[in-house]
Amino acid sequence: MSWIDIGALEDIPLRGARVVKTAAGCVALFRTDAEEVFATSNSCAHKGGPLSEGIVHGRRVTCPLHNWVWSLETGEAQGADEGRIATYPVRVEAGRILIDDAAIGRRSAA
Amino acid sequence: MERLVVIGAGMASGRLLEHLLEADPTAYRVTLFNAEPRGNYNRIMLSPVLSGEKSFAEIVTHDDDWYAAHGVTCRFGERVTGIDRDRKVVIGERGEVPYDRLVFGTGSDPFIIPCPGHDLDGVIAYRDLDDTNRMIDTRPGSRAVVIGGGLLGLEAAAGLRMRGLEVTVLHLAGHLMERQLDPAAGYLLRADLERRGIAVMTQASTRCIRGEGRVEAVELEDGTVLPADLVVMAVGIRPSVALARQSGLVVNKAIAVDAQMRTSDADIFAVGECVEFAGQLFGLVAPLYDQAKVLAATLIGQKAAFAPKQLSTKLKVTGCDLFSAGDFGDGPGREDIVFRDPARGIYKRLVVEDDTLIGAVLYGDTADGNWFFGLIRNGTDISDMRDTLVFGPAYQGGTTADPLAAVAALPADAEICGCNGVCKGRIVEAIEDGATDLGTVRAQTKASASCGTCTGLVEQVLAATLGDAFQMPTAQKVCDCTDLSHEDVRRLIKSRSLKSQTAVWQELGWRTPNGCHVCRPAVNFYLLADWPLDYRDDPQSRFVNERKHANIQKDGTFSVVPRMWGGITTADELRAIADAADKYDVPTVKVTGGQRIDLLGVKGEDLPAIWADLNAAGLVSGHAYSKGLRTVKTCVGTDHCRFGTQDSTGLGIRLEKRLWGSWTPHKVKLAVSGCPRNCAEATCKDVGIVCVDSGFEIGVGGAAGMDVKEVQPLVKVATEDEAVEWTVAFIQLYREHARYLDRPYKWLAKVGLDWVQQTLGDAPERKALVDRFDLSQTIYQTDPWAELAVREKACAFAPIANLTLEAAE
Repeated sequence: MSWIDIGALEDIPLRGARVVKTAAGCVALFRTDAEEVFATSNSCAHKGGPLSEGIVHGRRVTCPLHNWVWSLETGEAQGADEGRIATYPVRVEAGRILIDDAAIGRRSAA
Repeated sequence: MERLVVIGAGMASGRLLEHLLEADPTAYRVTLFNAEPRGNYNRIMLSPVLSGEKSFAEIVTHDDDWYAAHGVTCRFGERVTGIDRDRKVVIGERGEVPYDRLVFGTGSDPFIIPCPGHDLDGVIAYRDLDDTNRMIDTRPGSRAVVIGGGLLGLEAAAGLRMRGLEVTVLHLAGHLMERQLDPAAGYLLRADLERRGIAVMTQASTRCIRGEGRVEAVELEDGTVLPADLVVMAVGIRPSVALARQSGLVVNKAIAVDAQMRTSDADIFAVGECVEFAGQLFGLVAPLYDQAKVLAATLIGQKAAFAPKQLSTKLKVTGCDLFSAGDFGDGPGREDIVFRDPARGIYKRLVVEDDTLIGAVLYGDTADGNWFFGLIRNGTDISDMRDTLVFGPAYQGGTTADPLAAVAALPADAEICGCNGVCKGRIVEAIEDGATDLGTVRAQTKASASCGTCTGLVEQVLAATLGDAFQMPTAQKVCDCTDLSHEDVRRLIKSRSLKSQTAVWQELGWRTPNGCHVCRPAVNFYLLADWPLDYRDDPQSRFVNERKHANIQKDGTFSVVPRMWGGITTADELRAIADAADKYDVPTVKVTGGQRIDLLGVKGEDLPAIWADLNAAGLVSGHAYSKGLRTVKTCVGTDHCRFGTQDSTGLGIRLEKRLWGSWTPHKVKLAVSGCPRNCAEATCKDVGIVCVDSGFEIGVGGAAGMDVKEVQPLVKVATEDEAVEWTVAFIQLYREHARYLDRPYKWLAKVGLDWVQQTLGDAPERKALVDRFDLSQTIYQTDPWAELAVREKACAFAPIANLTLEAAE
């Protein structure tokens, strides 16, 4: 794994999200009320809604288009819906957000 | 017309008058005495008033209008001092009233333990609104001791606790509610109460109440001393019979009556808690209502007879579900069927004797209570279903666990509403006669009209009878995070001064750490509407449109709508809009129904820049995305139109400048038309004003969306200033009372136009509403575009990082 610095934790609003543009598409970074950070695909598996615009509650996000609820931990659809979105390794060190370069599909220079 | 005098405006006499005046409005001229300075109200609902879950107005069963409409002469706040049976007159404090027939509805008095100190200030009973208000007015943090762990005492304790007092319940018996519960259920109840912070002491006998003039402490027989600022005695009631005894009527434990409710004097009757029939007294509401019905029939010469029935009990403490019915003592030949689920706090015990059910105690899950009660009353042979009996009606006959199966399986004579004695058959009858919703069934049968705990069952009967034609109201609760309804949450936020989301989650026992997409936007709105100065809007609890201040489209782009006050624009503004459309490659420019211009297809990251450009031309956000004031549509009024009667454009602009920026439970659209030709289509708006020569007709509750509704007339006023004042006050009332996502027409259907007219018709109240609205506007009337277009905020609209650029390098 090679971790790259994406930005500061404070750059994401509490109970909110920001987007990282990658070659493999947009990745959404979520900051929960408990100050955890999760990374998932920004695209809802239902109709492609931008998950980073959804309401973040607990460790879940609700898609703004049709209210599908996704687990940020597992990427599983919650409730009666079925489906899965990609999740990516992410960690916070000294207030900086690091994501795994390889996992999001960008070739490492090394 | 004969003269009927009724003494006491309690639940039984209220119901009697209703039956009587409905059956024959011309039979009697009625005079109603009440020692309390008010008319009939639903006394059993005082507990929700105490806890803050209901207001007193909501539990009034008959108001002044009702008495006036039915010709009832009210003598409230006046005691009856005597009765002269020879002259047939009732002697009140303010004069005599002759009668042909007389009804005692004197009810009961709370029993006060005659221990030393019982007459100190601060020792009260729990009986009427005055007692309730005494408790409500006690400072949070004070120490209250409730003597008596029965129904009433526990409801008082729970209510006081919800008001923020330190509460201790003293109970003489070994477990709470020993007449209704067995020890196991009593234990669960105790544990539930203790979890709420209520201390419970059983086998606690009061020796005396200490204090100098005012209560200071309660001393128990075992020497324990409990400091107290308030002592509530809830140990029982005694029929109020002094007046009857003094009048020479036959009184045993209470006023003796026959099955027609007639006392020892042929022209004098009695109903309610002051009655003794066949040696029995009556304290629960169901038999009181039965008596009222019988007496109404007797009074108009119909045949009817009162027969006591078996009773069931429910506790009205939010979150403590318990039900008991029949006989559940141990005894030879009696067998128990017990179901326990300790983790969920569920306990069910059925007592069986000779293959029939004779008693049931349910705790934690009381949904099947009425079904068990039916089996007890009918003496049904349960031997065939004994194996699955405890699981309830849904599991009988091998059917699946369809929630409606339980209700569908009930026989027609199964009682649904205990308070009003309404059986399933009567409800089905009403439905077959055309009732299709809860409100109509309630109005026609009274089912669920008293304590309301059977509302869910009545809805299930509707669903089972009508099938797909009935749309089951989405569960009363806000969402799965809580069991409370929107109305409960709003009331509790106010009554308990909850001023942050964390306070709501914690104090109201949310099951999730910070709500979900359903409840959080609602709670966010309630908090900002009720506490504009203490709470700040939380963008992360808003739907995307309100957080981005733009409407999200299906492809993830947004639409941008600048405000055009009253639909008026200028060449310069149009030029700025056209320039912005060019600069940001806006694919679609559309004129909206609300007289605005919509730029559709703007990329999220361009939003701050396009807003800054529009701001520079003097344009602000049109809030075309918000649960807030959207647009005020106008016609050209007297400016140009030959029919215009008033300056409708000017009034529209004035209203929009006053109201813009305010958050509301749902979107709010206004229009002002300059004459009754109504070119601005004001009659289908949330507030629509139609100008006429003599002034302004204000209509409310219109809509032209999923439902099309014509406005209902709110008021007609003479001046533009009054039109503005009424409009602002109406919107503030809606902000303070409606549930989130109810448009005004839906809210009006719930509270009634009458109530709104009455509230707003009160000039000081109207003024206070306007003041509260203006106070909120000092915080919220700002242009979100200008706030977010500044550099620090604007960067949040762009990606936090762009790894595609680096990859290309």
